[in-house]
Amino acid sequence: MKFSEIAAHLSRFRVGIAGAGGLGSNCAIALARCGIGTLVISDFDSVDESNLSRQYYFMDQTGLPKTEALKDNILRIRPDATVLAFQEKLDRNNIPGIFSGCDVIVEAFDNAEMKEMLIEAVQELMPGTPLVVGSGLAGWGNNDTIRYRKIDDTLYVCGDELSEVSDEFPTLAPRVGMVANMQANVVLELLMKQL
Amino acid sequence: MKILLNNREENIDAEKVTVSELLLRKKYSFRLRIIKINGTLVRKDKYDSTFIHEGDNVQMLYLMSGG
Repeated sequence: MKFSEIAAHLSRFRVGIAGAGGLGSNCAIALARCGIGTLVISDFDSVDESNLSRQYYFMDQTGLPKTEALKDNILRIRPDATVLAFQEKLDRNNIPGIFSGCDVIVEAFDNAEMKEMLIEAVQELMPGTPLVVGSGLAGWGNNDTIRYRKIDDTLYVCGDELSEVSDEFPTLAPRVGMVANMQANVVLELLMKQL
Repeated sequence: MKILLNNREENIDAEKVTVSELLLRKKYSFRLRIIKINGTLVRKDKYDSTFIHEGDNVQMLYLMSGG
């Protein structure tokens, strides 16, 4: 299949990205490059200089809402993409509305409690919508511990499910980028099956 | 009884166990996890009252901060 055919197929789909940090910003860019038609991005935070170590933002974007900055960056790569940006803190009440119509949702939060909240909300309130979770990516090295698991048709996880971030064990660009791109790759696999 | 735990067959020395009991027996100490039994998500507040039976498919996903 030629790239133009793949991109034309992917242009029919809408993908939700919950969180626009290290996972979400890098995953969104990868998906945009492949030709996904509509990206729904949600994050309440603004770009901080410290984010630039691993997130897909630029120095001149510090202070901007992440959703606005990420939308700009996606449109610089793919002016024809549709990006729906929600600068909101996600919770059980607003998740089904914000991500309604999404063919797949990517879980891209930093905090484990938020990951749990999103998984419970999507699985319970949006049954049948596939969710791709990122879990366990802090630190460096250990390429071979990062893995992908299919739990069932609606739940997938990328990461080592072991490494927890801390002040002494931060999230760094290579491993968070690996997991973000694995999540994007799962999304492609799910959407390319729908030919 | 035999159950499927993350796609691996496990022998549990009981006719049925609660989710909490399974976590205790397996000495699982992760702080946050998602548990699905036969495809249905079990919330944390139901771990004490939800039973796992012979042949059940138990899936656990471990949640770590970072992203």
